[in-house]
Amino acid sequence: MNTDQFKPATVYTIYIASTPEKVWEALTSAEFSRKYFFGNAVEVDLKIGGAYIVRTPDGALHISGEVIECDPPKKLTMTFNVNWPELIEKLGPTLVTYEIEPAGDAVRLTMTEAHDRPLSDDILTGGRQGWPAILSSLKSLAGDRRSAGDQDAAAAADAGGVAEDGDQDAVTPGNRLRVSGDDESPATNCRACHET
Amino acid sequence: MPKPEFIYVTYIETTPEKLWHALTDGNFTERYWFGARLRSDWKVGSSFEMVRSDGTVSDAGKVVECEPPRRLAYTFVNQSDRYRNEFPALATFVLEPYGKLVKLTLTHEGFAEGSKFFEGISKGWPAILSSLKSILETGQPLEIPYAALKLDS
Repeated sequence: MNTDQFKPATVYTIYIASTPEKVWEALTSAEFSRKYFFGNAVEVDLKIGGAYIVRTPDGALHISGEVIECDPPKKLTMTFNVNWPELIEKLGPTLVTYEIEPAGDAVRLTMTEAHDRPLSDDILTGGRQGWPAILSSLKSLAGDRRSAGDQDAAAAADAGGVAEDGDQDAVTPGNRLRVSGDDESPATNCRACHET
Repeated sequence: MPKPEFIYVTYIETTPEKLWHALTDGNFTERYWFGARLRSDWKVGSSFEMVRSDGTVSDAGKVVECEPPRRLAYTFVNQSDRYRNEFPALATFVLEPYGKLVKLTLTHEGFAEGSKFFEGISKGWPAILSSLKSILETGQPLEIPYAALKLDS
């Protein structure tokens, strides 16, 4: 696929106290992504031409695309087409690139959303509202120097008891930015912000 | 061409009051803001300064809006020769609670076309606000070397 005609429309940079490997896993693992991506699961075949899919919690197709560039744990580029026909018609194809770079003890994650046509700000609003919420949540989840085991231990300590995986209300670092579904935050509903 | 404008949004698990304190208390900003202490009495029209650890002022401007714990706005420009022809641009912080989170929106505007200072702040804010989120959520700021911002590239 020729991506030369795509120009960046939205760029979001966030620094995370983590390793490139852990951030890569957060971006590409279904289990990990459910915790920060509005409950959606990323399913990606990590090779050029491989499928990139995001499923909603009920299994429906939310985003579909194809891996364009795959250089773990540094760079992942894919087409990223939201499965809403009216939006697709306006947006055309969307290209998303994640770049992961060490920055001292932290990691800089830069997300670039690019398009092959000029777009007005109102069409780009959905992504501009969604990305900060998704990547803020990813930072809270992946942004801890402690190992996963230590996080569980800390969560159990914070909760004053045992935090089991099945308990979605447990205050684990990974669940920090999981907000309940009836909250009216734009952070809870990706679909809502895409439709505004 | 539209004038350069930088917008950054982040969600932080904290309260508006704690976030306000983190944005306005010099002792606290020193811990996550590349060592900068913010100095102001936060009255509209008062001076606003960023002070380095050696006591010199790196950036200066004025307080434009102060409505704790919801809106804070000030102008500033870096005092180094690199930006000597630039005017103070306006940074506005809006704090909105959402359940256990606070949505922080920073809008930095009023730059001239081709502003070098705009390029600088565009690289600086994501690091500063990421470190702010970390310190409020975990008690630890991020250790980001200034050089990692690649301000000259």
